[in-house]
Amino acid sequence: MLSFFSAHSPLLAIVIPLLAAPLCMVFGNKSVAFVISFLAAAASFALSVFMLLWVKDGTVLSYHIGGWAPPLGIEYRVDTANAFVLSIVSAIGMLALSYARTSITTEINEKHHTLFYACFIMCFTGLMGVTITGDAFNIFVFLEISSLSTYTLVALGAEKDKRALSAAYDYLILGTIGATFFVIGLGFIYMATGTLNLHDLSQRLPEISDSRTVRAGFALIVIGMGLKVAIYPLHRWLPGAYTYSPSAVSVFLAATATKVALYVIIRFMFSVYSKDFAFEAITFQYVILPLALIAMFAAAFVAAYQINIKRMLAYSSVSQIGYMLLGLSILNVEGVSGAFVHMFNHAITKGALFMAIGAIVFRTGSALLPNMAGLGKQMPWTSAAIVVGGLSLIGIPGTAGFVSKWVLMSAAFEREWWPIALLIVASSLIAVVYIWRVVEVLYLQAPAKESVVQEAPLSLLVPTWILIIATIVFGLYADFAISISTTAAEYIMQGGFGGKEVIILGVEGR
Amino acid sequence: MFEWLHPALIYLAAALLVPLVPNRKARAFLILLVPIVGIIPLLTTPFGDYLQLSLFGETLTTFRFDKLSFVFSLVFSLAAFLSLIYAWHVRDTMQQVAALLYSGSAMGAVLAGDLITLFVWWEGTAIASVFLIWARRTEGSYQTGMRYLIIQITSGVVLLAGAAIHYRETGSLAFEAFSLENVGAWFILLSFGIKCAFPLLHNWLQDSYPSATVTGTVILSAFTTKIAIYSLARGYAGTDFLIVIGATMALFPIFFAVIENDLRRVLAYSMNSQLGFMVVGIGVGTDLAINGTVAHAFSSVLYKALLFMSVGAVLFRTGTAKGSELGGLYKTMPLTMVFCVIGAASISAFPLFSGFVSKSMILSAAAQEGHFVTWAILLFASAAVLHHSGIKIPYFAFYGRDSGKRPAEAPRNMLLAMGLTAFLCIAIGVWPNALYSVLPFDVSYNPYSTTHVITQIQLLFFSAIAFAALIRMGLFPRQVRSVILDTDWIYRKLLPAIISFVVLFVSAVWSEIVRGFNNTITAVQNTLANFYGPEGRVARVQPTGYMVLWLAILLGAALIVNLVGLP
Repeated sequence: MLSFFSAHSPLLAIVIPLLAAPLCMVFGNKSVAFVISFLAAAASFALSVFMLLWVKDGTVLSYHIGGWAPPLGIEYRVDTANAFVLSIVSAIGMLALSYARTSITTEINEKHHTLFYACFIMCFTGLMGVTITGDAFNIFVFLEISSLSTYTLVALGAEKDKRALSAAYDYLILGTIGATFFVIGLGFIYMATGTLNLHDLSQRLPEISDSRTVRAGFALIVIGMGLKVAIYPLHRWLPGAYTYSPSAVSVFLAATATKVALYVIIRFMFSVYSKDFAFEAITFQYVILPLALIAMFAAAFVAAYQINIKRMLAYSSVSQIGYMLLGLSILNVEGVSGAFVHMFNHAITKGALFMAIGAIVFRTGSALLPNMAGLGKQMPWTSAAIVVGGLSLIGIPGTAGFVSKWVLMSAAFEREWWPIALLIVASSLIAVVYIWRVVEVLYLQAPAKESVVQEAPLSLLVPTWILIIATIVFGLYADFAISISTTAAEYIMQGGFGGKEVIILGVEGR
Repeated sequence: MFEWLHPALIYLAAALLVPLVPNRKARAFLILLVPIVGIIPLLTTPFGDYLQLSLFGETLTTFRFDKLSFVFSLVFSLAAFLSLIYAWHVRDTMQQVAALLYSGSAMGAVLAGDLITLFVWWEGTAIASVFLIWARRTEGSYQTGMRYLIIQITSGVVLLAGAAIHYRETGSLAFEAFSLENVGAWFILLSFGIKCAFPLLHNWLQDSYPSATVTGTVILSAFTTKIAIYSLARGYAGTDFLIVIGATMALFPIFFAVIENDLRRVLAYSMNSQLGFMVVGIGVGTDLAINGTVAHAFSSVLYKALLFMSVGAVLFRTGTAKGSELGGLYKTMPLTMVFCVIGAASISAFPLFSGFVSKSMILSAAAQEGHFVTWAILLFASAAVLHHSGIKIPYFAFYGRDSGKRPAEAPRNMLLAMGLTAFLCIAIGVWPNALYSVLPFDVSYNPYSTTHVITQIQLLFFSAIAFAALIRMGLFPRQVRSVILDTDWIYRKLLPAIISFVVLFVSAVWSEIVRGFNNTITAVQNTLANFYGPEGRVARVQPTGYMVLWLAILLGAALIVNLVGLP
């Protein structure tokens, strides 16, 4: 019945970009590499949106790779939650690639461009794979794929600023330790249950939730993945990686990498383990919630003092991740759906802001605030994008940022956590401070004499403004993101990896 | 026909377009066209709710068109048109854009059918208008603008908080009459009160309006406070204690207005007093009272604009608006003088001028409902209006002691704007039924009854005599250069003093804590260095090592939390 594409859509969304990476290297020509990687990302995006529309009512697609039925075979399992994340990742990846073509010309030596595209699409594959797979060990494999290519991508920024190397090194060390913790955690639960399939795990864990092995596994998984999420004290790799990597990489990482890791945490906390386990509620209450609150304020304060705008946005990301973790800690459907909405809204907002800053870097060669004086007149479209993106970051009504903060606040109200709701507002006020600093420099300061800066080229402006318009559109028509997130959160909070109905895909079983 | 066309959007679209038009003349024409185009949807659209959006399952009505919002949007269009003519000569694109955004936001606010939309425009007016103050580009105006902005934004934030609480309590975001049994309604009232310059919340008005540019003040005077009046009339009609607030508001600025030297500041005080009349009308809340409030808001927008225009023209030509430095200008600015007198006559409620036909409605309504003390206060306040605005402004600017200044007559565009406004002031006074027909309620009211006219003339007559007598006997407060500190002393002097003390204290304590903390960290670092070997190497890898340490600490914490409670 189903056409080839729809029947194999979960697999194709991963395999196409996976094959694109070696193809890029085989052809070895940067233009061809761009076309291949962009087309792969676009195809992956189309398939993701297709799957999202398919599963947005709570259906689950279970794709048996090679026809081997889980728990023995590897399974790709798509439900509303990860289809949503897949769409975010592939959309941003596609836009970031189209943006990269121009932006890397000033940042990376031409002979490395092919390598860049190959790594980029590899990283893309890794993130998509982490999201789509229903197998715990497969998550680790894809995580390593994405991490290793990310280290390369960050290090490619060394052409422009040598500090990219130490940033990449930091990220490498920490990312590896995080991944190791994660895989040790997996080892523990594998030892206790004898299975690695997420759905299967969720069936077996409740019986043995008192076991010390299972609990230690939980702690290792949360902390290991928490490093990738950049939970507050584990965030120190993030500012360096975002600041010194090439602009297009900053866009992609900031908008997607932490979101995917957060998705994995959500999947393990609510689907594999269950929120009904007492130790999980305690972890949320005494570890995650306080750290989320500290992140919301401490990171925002740090952002307010940064001179380098990319670094400022990076710290702001740490603070925004605090919101998402806060949403999870509220432990109700509204909270989790708030985390999902914020994932989406923050991805488009932060992506747009990094793109706009990237355009400024492209023209002026600097991301330092003092060098941006008076650019409001010289680069009106880019500056306007920063203003709108900034408004969304603050959470002004009419922008996407407002929607998610509203949902998070409603979730806090739902549990009668009034002080938390107030803290959400208070932390947004700090965002006003760091955004206003930029706006003031852009518009109210006179440009340096004899400085002639042109508006950014269209190839940078178009992707930027696509995202900016998206922040406004999704700010006004919030129902789309909210309804998907609510469905996702409802099924996630039910526990297990089930949904309304499970559709099995793949070649005939053997 | 044009119900899809929200008038505010026309203003916003024009504000986006204006900076792109290179030619100065073309730009000025485009700007002037905006209120004219903007009035089309107002005149052609039947009453109803339009442009509804859905947000989180709540319906937002961005274009609620009924009698009340019609009157206000109409007078806003008029005010925008007149002040834009007045500002024809301005070349500063920032001011032009700000003026358009500001009038558009004001229009949007009175057409908003729900609290969220209202909030958006509410903040819009705050942000757009501050640029009219900053446009003077002096250090003083920057500071004033900041103070103004903080207060206005606070008002918006309070409104949003109120809206959120109101929503939790009632499940509705609609902007209708509120019941003060709900906590949210109090927040919303506070927000409206700030914008309406309630007593003790009023300082921003006298602080900011006189600091704006010549044309900026004219535009500012029309919108912000009138939005607040509209919102109060919509949400809190018939709330008794507003009568007390209104009466206080009508009364106390008088004294400041009498001693104030800066004529624009005098006008700001008298505006505050006029707002008091309207708040009383809202507090009384009968059909007649609300009609009176709306009518008074309508006419006060016009005569206040006229007065600010004429004083602004003087300021434009002479460079000062201080009573002590002006005088005798009637010789060279006769037309401006005539217009100023017409404005003064209107605000003083001379029969046949606009103030008379609107103010008397509020007085009658108060008397009808038996609020005699309030009625007496308002009567006193209307006598005093003549004193501090009606006579004082023209007297000190155009007559009085000859200052020797011989400025040229105001520019033609200013004269035209003033002429049109003056005409409207008289027209409303002579044909009040035109104004009455657009009021929200059907009321047959005749301002020109014999008693009314005679009472009013007597009142004005005696007040004028008092003024003359005071001047003759030298008892009228001399116009001296001075800055009068109102209750804003609290935040201009006292609060900074307290804050700087607190800051010093806290920062002293904090630096001690930080020092202790730093010492601890240094100690930890030293310990680590001892563990890991040669200092140089540890120093180099320290950041990464530090992060890993955190990782370990956090893992330990998570493990402990997870394993607690195991048998």
